[in-house]
Amino acid sequence: MTTFYIIVGYLALLLGLGVISNRFFKGTSADFFVVSRSVGSFLLLMSIFGTTMTGFALVGSTGKAFSSGIGVYGLMASWSGLIHSAVFFAVGIKLWAVGKRYGYVTQCEYFRDRFESERLGYLLFPILVLLVIPYLLVGVIAAGKFIQPTTAGLFMEAFPMPNLPNGNPHPLSGGVPPWLGSGVICLIVLFYVFFGGLRGAVWANTFQTIVFMITGVIAFYMISKNLGGLKSASELVAASDFAADRLAREGLIGKMQFLSYLFIPLSVGMFPHLFQHWLTAKSAKSFKLTVVAHPVFIMIVWLPCILIGIWAAAYLGPLGPGQSANSVLGRMISQLVHSPVLSGLVGAGVLAAIMSSLDSQFMCLGTMFTRDVVIRKFGEDRFTDNQKIWIARGFILAIVFVTYLLSLALANSAHVFDLGVWCFSGFAALFPLIFAAVYWKRVTLAGAYSCIISTAIVWCILFYNDILAVKPPGMEEEEMLIGGMMPVTIMIAVSAVSLIIGSLLSKKPSEAVIRKFFP
Amino acid sequence: MKTTVVVTIFFILAILHQDFWNWNNRDLVFGFIPAGLAYHSAYSLVAALFWYLVSRFAWPHRTEQWADETAESDS
Repeated sequence: MTTFYIIVGYLALLLGLGVISNRFFKGTSADFFVVSRSVGSFLLLMSIFGTTMTGFALVGSTGKAFSSGIGVYGLMASWSGLIHSAVFFAVGIKLWAVGKRYGYVTQCEYFRDRFESERLGYLLFPILVLLVIPYLLVGVIAAGKFIQPTTAGLFMEAFPMPNLPNGNPHPLSGGVPPWLGSGVICLIVLFYVFFGGLRGAVWANTFQTIVFMITGVIAFYMISKNLGGLKSASELVAASDFAADRLAREGLIGKMQFLSYLFIPLSVGMFPHLFQHWLTAKSAKSFKLTVVAHPVFIMIVWLPCILIGIWAAAYLGPLGPGQSANSVLGRMISQLVHSPVLSGLVGAGVLAAIMSSLDSQFMCLGTMFTRDVVIRKFGEDRFTDNQKIWIARGFILAIVFVTYLLSLALANSAHVFDLGVWCFSGFAALFPLIFAAVYWKRVTLAGAYSCIISTAIVWCILFYNDILAVKPPGMEEEEMLIGGMMPVTIMIAVSAVSLIIGSLLSKKPSEAVIRKFFP
Repeated sequence: MKTTVVVTIFFILAILHQDFWNWNNRDLVFGFIPAGLAYHSAYSLVAALFWYLVSRFAWPHRTEQWADETAESDS
């Protein structure tokens, strides 16, 4: 029960944080939505890092390294270190500046003014919401699926499961079922976002980022120690027929695939929840620490996980039928460390990584609905500040409820996690739009429309072929590559070309807009 | 000038990410980190150093000043 109590204690701390952040709440919509633009360097770094790292950072990275070896670090971590910081520096600071100067809170508000079009906002709003919801679903489902095996055997009377066909007891019997685990996680995130607004999310993200970074390092230390030290652990990999390939990339990751992964981290430029976090900054200087420390923070989280992943390939060997690579971290801890305290801490760390993304996404959807739909429709002065906050809370509640119901319906679907990758690709494919809006005076409304529409069409075609279409036998689990490259490469190329052609073929934007956004 | 230097170094770093010479290298650096992983861990540190130098020498001070001015001055 120690593991369970540690996780419960951690969740109780988050509730306490929600109560405390509520005491600092100033009661204004500006405070609820963007923390009165008062967040300093450290909180900005921790909240942005916590938001960009999902549960995948601890569990998925270890599992992916188990399957594909050390190249996973280059695919996801070192590319992100360079590209994320580039986007924060080149796009984030510019958007913070226009947001502060003209009072923007959401992406749609910015795009509406930048392209002088109300309709563009109504086109973008549903696209952004539809891309965020599957991303939310991945978090909610992952939380429920993680809590069940972590608590297996603890509540045999309350949550029994029938024995396996071979007569052995079900390994998940007695674990908190996903409907309850996911529900509790949703309620906790809802609590601190509901009462603390974005301040609650920023504080919780900071706390949760510290927790998942520390637990990752502790798990790494304990596992390496029990494998006989760092050298012995890696020598075991070199000596293993099954695992030795994981020490390099040959045969596991293609060169063009490795290169084309550079486009995936561009998604941070179009994430609506990151846009909102950027606007919380007190000054542009608040970005400095984020831009510099982000690559190092990624390394601190990912390097230990990748090493544990390849060590696991040697220590555990091939996975049995029905076993998932995502269970590798949990199995290494349970088999090597035998510490319920560490299992509890790592459990809290994984939930921390999941929740630190969920809170910002819930918050941004509530903000977008209030600002981009309700206020646009009825006018800024139609509602008091207090009413605006309650409209946002109501929408957040509705979104959490819908997401929870969807998570119950789709919990056992094979493609939910693939959906997350497609969401990232969709946001990344829209990056040319935000980049051009910030840097290219000649970009026009027609260019923006052609970019968004062509991206949507290409995304739908590729998505259909990868997820919905029937694939030849044996190819069902293969990652979709086009010419050896990630599909996002084609999507970005089409998006950028459409944007440029659409802009050059249409009338230049007005002088007033150029003066307003290009001082 | 500063922008050109920053963009040039950025592209050089992006090219250096594609370490094809480590593709089949299974050597262990310091006895425990595979060579490709050691290279990319060092790459993360170099990226952080690069962004430190950018923030030190190419910080967009003008953007910050512009943000702090009142929007009325636009009209």
